[in-house]
Amino acid sequence: MKKKKFWTLGVMLILVLSTILAACGGSDTKDTGSKDTSSGGDKASGGPKTLVYGRGTDSTALDPATVTEGESFKVTVNIYETLINFGEKDVTLQPGLAKSWEPSADGLTYTMQLEEGVKFHDGTNFNAEAVVKNFERWKAGADKFPYYSSQFTVGGKQVIESITADGDYKVIFKLSQPQATFLKNLAMSPFAIASPAAFEKDDDSLKDHPVGTGPFKFVEWKRNDSITIEKNPDYRIADLPKLDKVIFRSIPENSTRFNELTNGDVDIVDGLSPSDKASIESNTDLQLIERPSMNVGYLGLTVTRPPFDNVKVRQAVNYAIDKQTLVDAFFEGLGETAKNPMPPLVAGYNDDIKGYEYDPEKAKALLAEAGYDGKEIELWAMPVPRPYMPDGQKIAEAIQKNLADVGMKSKIVSFEWATYLEKAEKGDADAFLLGWTGDNGDADNFLYTLLDGDNIGSNNYTFYDNKDLHKILVAAQTEMDEDKRNALYKQAQEIISKDAPWVPIAHSTPILAANTKVTNYIAHPTGSDRLEAVDMK
Amino acid sequence: MTGAIDIKTEVAPSRERAVGPWREGWRSFKKSKISLVGVGIVLFFVILAIFGPLIAPEGINEQNFSKRLSAPSSEHWFGTDDFGRDIFSRVIHGASISLKVGFFSVILSAVVGSFLGIIAGYYGRWIDTIISRIFDILLAFPSILLAIAIVAVLGPSLQNALIAIAIINVPNFGRLIRSKVLSVKEEEYIVAAKAIGMRDSRILFSHILPNSMTPIIVQGTLAIATAIIEAAALGFLGLGAQAPAPEWGKMLADARIFLLKAPWTMIFPGLAIMLTVLGFNLMGDGLRDALDPKMKS
Amino acid sequence: MKDQSNRLVKADPFYSMCKDFNAFHAKVYFENNRGVKKMLHYMGRRLSQLIPVLLGMTFIVFMLIRAIPGNPAQVILGQQATKEAVEALNASLGLDKPWYTQYFSYLGGIFQGDLGVSLRTKLPVSEEIFPYLAATAELALFAMIIAVIVGVNAGIISAWFQNSWFDYVAMVVALIGVSVPVFWLGLMEQWAFSNQLGWFPTSGRENVRDPITAITHFYLLDTLIQGRFDQFTEVIKRLVLPGMALATIPMAIIARMTRSSMLEVMRSDYVRTARAKGQKMFIVVYKHALKNAVIPVLTVIGLQTGLLLGGAILTETIFSWPGIGRYIYDAIGFRDYPVIQSGILVIAFIFIMINLIVDLLYTVIDPRIKYK
Repeated sequence: MKKKKFWTLGVMLILVLSTILAACGGSDTKDTGSKDTSSGGDKASGGPKTLVYGRGTDSTALDPATVTEGESFKVTVNIYETLINFGEKDVTLQPGLAKSWEPSADGLTYTMQLEEGVKFHDGTNFNAEAVVKNFERWKAGADKFPYYSSQFTVGGKQVIESITADGDYKVIFKLSQPQATFLKNLAMSPFAIASPAAFEKDDDSLKDHPVGTGPFKFVEWKRNDSITIEKNPDYRIADLPKLDKVIFRSIPENSTRFNELTNGDVDIVDGLSPSDKASIESNTDLQLIERPSMNVGYLGLTVTRPPFDNVKVRQAVNYAIDKQTLVDAFFEGLGETAKNPMPPLVAGYNDDIKGYEYDPEKAKALLAEAGYDGKEIELWAMPVPRPYMPDGQKIAEAIQKNLADVGMKSKIVSFEWATYLEKAEKGDADAFLLGWTGDNGDADNFLYTLLDGDNIGSNNYTFYDNKDLHKILVAAQTEMDEDKRNALYKQAQEIISKDAPWVPIAHSTPILAANTKVTNYIAHPTGSDRLEAVDMK
Repeated sequence: MTGAIDIKTEVAPSRERAVGPWREGWRSFKKSKISLVGVGIVLFFVILAIFGPLIAPEGINEQNFSKRLSAPSSEHWFGTDDFGRDIFSRVIHGASISLKVGFFSVILSAVVGSFLGIIAGYYGRWIDTIISRIFDILLAFPSILLAIAIVAVLGPSLQNALIAIAIINVPNFGRLIRSKVLSVKEEEYIVAAKAIGMRDSRILFSHILPNSMTPIIVQGTLAIATAIIEAAALGFLGLGAQAPAPEWGKMLADARIFLLKAPWTMIFPGLAIMLTVLGFNLMGDGLRDALDPKMKS
Repeated sequence: MKDQSNRLVKADPFYSMCKDFNAFHAKVYFENNRGVKKMLHYMGRRLSQLIPVLLGMTFIVFMLIRAIPGNPAQVILGQQATKEAVEALNASLGLDKPWYTQYFSYLGGIFQGDLGVSLRTKLPVSEEIFPYLAATAELALFAMIIAVIVGVNAGIISAWFQNSWFDYVAMVVALIGVSVPVFWLGLMEQWAFSNQLGWFPTSGRENVRDPITAITHFYLLDTLIQGRFDQFTEVIKRLVLPGMALATIPMAIIARMTRSSMLEVMRSDYVRTARAKGQKMFIVVYKHALKNAVIPVLTVIGLQTGLLLGGAILTETIFSWPGIGRYIYDAIGFRDYPVIQSGILVIAFIFIMINLIVDLLYTVIDPRIKYK
């Protein structure tokens, strides 16, 4: 009798529990199904078009002048506009808020004609005065606007001496010295024009409440979660933007992000690992979008530290590394092996350079010639994936094997990212993996920034300092003739190749994946994609 | 001199008492099948850790890009990773890393913790207050964040992860020993030893510490289990062992981008962690039942 | 009775696997039988201990994070920054002052309820932290509810059918439960339930296409307040996978502790008497089992809050959960000192308070106090 009761009790409990669980599970399946069809139905029937963009990290601030990282620009490029735009998929210069521009013969004065009848999202007018106020704001607060100080200061001197309004729709820039990259710099996302009414009231307000003239207006920011922007109905170009709303979601885990895409919870994702390529291509609901490469991933060899103070050892390491296998395995072919410190897309690229092919025998011979003593080196592996280096840890593992094959022992070390950069900057690394994505698509932004003696202690982590190279790079900065300038850069690349402070590894092609519903998405080499022309089927 | 002899006669029975429970403990431990399973699992992994290089078909880092990410087969029982390395071999080689971290971090925290605990418990007063507050502070810390911060300071490596794990576990041992000392302190033979002027250090380390061994061993066994998981978590965050070491947590981190494409790269290292931890948990469980006299009804 | 409850706490091997509040709880438990006065006295003592602990903690955190190489200005300004800009920003952030000046001005702020301003976002931490805290609290509560419901029932049934197959299976599952690395479990869950079966969304707190208007930042509450039941079920669905991952360990501990306390109860005279009187077994067992389950549950809550609050980083990362663990973890990466300092302080404060409350609840709930 009693025993029976126990059983009844047990069975009841199990039933209760399983009903609860089943109820959860059951309703979920149904809901997921219906949600997917309904959201699809919305779009087909001409309802609001919302694009959900999945990415790895949240933005830092939505005032582009105050930040340096791409995740902020990705959003701000759609809220604000710059005077000059980059081309759709390259770094040519196109009209933006400025209709046209005219440099003077000496390269010291630029006159710009602005678009008329444009309004900021807060209803105030965009005009010459607004442009002047923006530049004056940046000029006044150098420590707050990192890109302004890095792009428009040379040797502690402001490049832009003055900017004045001439009438309502004309501005005149006066420079203190010619700057070959001046217009390209203006096209960079940080130099977008914000509403003076907004920043005059509260200089910090733009960070959370951006006000620009762009195709989308800011709606909401849930930190570490999502940023929502919506269509600006008064956008200066008719019929644009096509989308009603864009939501940028941060999903830190790569696999989770991709999973969300396949489940239809997001429409497009970036920061994918190259290994996802096959899964994208085999899924008929997805399309692969390739971003033109404007980066370089490299192995830096600190030239002040033995054994890399010997050029022969550096060359030997260049011969020892099997770049092709690295690109095949860890970039999954999404990229090309590099021979120069800048990508082919950039004007001035020297394709005549032979580079170092994979040749372990030659490497061994050079090491013997250099009298390399077999000292174990530290091989620094990046702790985070970057577009130019999808998996620093694994690439280091493969390089470690390559080096071992030619008799160079190495120990892989890694640090937390900010520590890594700081230590590498100080020259603490023997050999380190790193890379660079171009800011403005100019050769100066690669060669001078990364390899000139002036930048030791900042971005020249190898401490490489060649006086001849320095002369060439400085001359190129003020050379206004495009052909002469390119010739200088070609010469510079020859010197660098011979001195081998780096092993240039690859120019990667970062990928995005989108639902096939997304149309007209063009990935820009700078990594900041303008979404006004993007549409959804 | 005569005092010392007196103490010997005093101490002898207590040593006798200390041996008794061990033997008795072993008898009851043997009876518990589930603890024996635990011992079996632990022994299995210890053998793997010691003889791994002889057992594993391949080395740690035999890269072969033509075989990347192949599914489990008769040739590669657990499949291969994205370097074309045999996961089965790497999991075997990984055993020694996880056991080493688990074991040594626990030894470290047990030694430091016991030392602090004994001092706090024996001397009492302000020393006790200070040490106990430090324990409170460490306990109130979100432990994984503390470990992450420590590793961020020291730099990521297996050794530093071990140190970080040891630090966060110190108060567990400290408190345990402190309470044990508080109870042992009042026992006759200690009071007697004090009365005849025996040095504190001698009382502490030859009388009190041996009498506190049982809970340390029980707690230690269970702490190895947690330490292994914590080491794997740090490895997963890239803050533990560095490449090409086949640390299981790091293997999971390296494999997670292949979760959909090659799930075997994720499954086996995870199972290895789980099984090892399970073994130590079962063993610790059994030890506690067997050794902790208070448990017996 | 006294011995029995003592054993209950001590008996469980997993108890000490977590933060060992063992001796502490037991002490509280016995010390506080003597009425409200004692309790108040005890409370006062605990609260006065709180201050040195929190102070010591601020100091340790303060020094520890400054020992991490890399400075905030450099991180904020990025690779492009010039030396001058970095120094200027450091000065304007007040990071060029000696550490003791910085520490005491931070402490001064804390005493006025000012948790500092995030170096990265320039928002006050006290304002910024709440949504993250709510996100984690909601997840932790949800996990705890799963753990309690499943754990207590599994424990009761296991004890009832001691040595049956259910007992064995449940206890083996519980053992495995405490042995699984949570981050691995989370990824496996995603693979199985989201990717393969498609039952649950992979990540996130809400459907971004249909965002939730935050009022309390507890989305379950917010959706109910707004009467959005569709969103409510969506929120539940998104809680399930991370909740299950987080619930595993507490669930296993609760199941084991409930089981052992049940076994005691079943042997007690009280139950024997009840049986003899012929009361319905269901009521007898359940009433007493539940009453007795309160103590293990409380214990686990006390022990696990710290782990659930701070230790959810991995779960939060895997499930893109905008919680407090990730908030602080990211802040370490950005060297956002005020966020790290205040974030850890807030977690520690909550942890200590919950433990205090749990300790007090022991004395309230324990029947002996009422009887005496």
